[in-house]
Amino acid sequence: MTEINSKTPMEDLTIGGNIYQAGNAREFKTGDWRSMCPVFIEEKCKQCGMCFAVCPDDAIPVGKDQNRTDFNYDYCKGCGVCAKVCPFGAIEMKEGTNK
Amino acid sequence: MPYNLKEVVANKPSRFTAGHRMCAGCGAPVVGRMVLRALKEEDHAVIANATGCMEVSTFIYPYSAWTDSFIHTAFESAGATLSGAEAAYKSLKRQGKLPEDEHTKFIAFGGDGGTYDIGIQSLSGAMERGHDMVYVCYDNGAYMNTGIQRSSATPKFADTTTSPAGKVIPGKMQSRKDLTEIMVSHHLPYVAQTLAMNPFKDLYEKAEKAIYTEGPAFLNVLAPCPRGWGYATEDLMQINKLAADTCYWPLYEVVDGKYHITYKPAKKLPIEEFLKPQKRFRHMFKPGNEWMIEEFQKEVDRRWQDLLDLEEITNKE
Repeated sequence: MTEINSKTPMEDLTIGGNIYQAGNAREFKTGDWRSMCPVFIEEKCKQCGMCFAVCPDDAIPVGKDQNRTDFNYDYCKGCGVCAKVCPFGAIEMKEGTNK
Repeated sequence: MPYNLKEVVANKPSRFTAGHRMCAGCGAPVVGRMVLRALKEEDHAVIANATGCMEVSTFIYPYSAWTDSFIHTAFESAGATLSGAEAAYKSLKRQGKLPEDEHTKFIAFGGDGGTYDIGIQSLSGAMERGHDMVYVCYDNGAYMNTGIQRSSATPKFADTTTSPAGKVIPGKMQSRKDLTEIMVSHHLPYVAQTLAMNPFKDLYEKAEKAIYTEGPAFLNVLAPCPRGWGYATEDLMQINKLAADTCYWPLYEVVDGKYHITYKPAKKLPIEEFLKPQKRFRHMFKPGNEWMIEEFQKEVDRRWQDLLDLEEITNKE
């Protein structure tokens, strides 16, 4: 499905423009949009959860143990919303695409 | 079980995936994802989207950012499309053609353009016919997707590309339509207004009630737009909080006609606090324009008082 691109001939497109793989946007990486990069400082993090749900891009992985891990830089667009809500200074924004 | 943000995020998978192409810091995906987290994990969902930011950037062929079934038809028809799907589902269920122990929920998303303006007739029809569905409006207060044109959800005095503030007009000249109240007037079993505010309890619980109340339900959710409102991208959650604390965007629900204000700020902040960080209201702070802030404040106060009154009246024994 995701091999389809702007050069794909019409007859190879799906009928009606249907998409048969729900949630396949995950295969489209948006990390290269970043001009600012969040850096997760694990020692300062108290796992309070304030940043868990504020990420528009679902780039903060939260495990079944209810703890977060480092950012998923495949998708993070560098908006900085997470850094702003962190009460413990455990997220720092750094200039550039990579930390 | 009492609500726990960490538990909800850890245990309920995201049904609105990464890899969508909404702007960095957009308020809408945060809302959409949390609304879908209110679904029981075992339930299926059919999502319909009105045309808008959310639709054009989560459903770019051949990619879909939704793990559930998703339909987009036209700008004005999210309500009609989804009510048709719901009616078909009910019919198939009655005929015994669908498994009895599996359930499908019907959720529409529309921006303020697709809901307040273009989609209002199909929304009104779907709600009046009593379909078992939820319509969620993520209100960013203008046609952001096409370049910040004013909508009927745009607040008075806001500077947009079709209501430019300058010497001739002071920004948008008309008041913001109160869609939540219009939906209340449909006498629905559940109507609520909310926004994303940590720990997301208000949004989550209202979404859960809306989805699992039988019959039509409506949610109006504020979704700040850094580009259109002109505030610093990282301030999303602060802007939301200010909208609630100034009572610009009251958090309340109406269950079977009874009003319940779910968030009463301990200290109601002056509206300047909400207006100041936003470029679209910048001209209101120029010398000589104090009357605009005064008028804005009066309108906010009047609507807040109306709500307080309605809460009292509708809960009288």
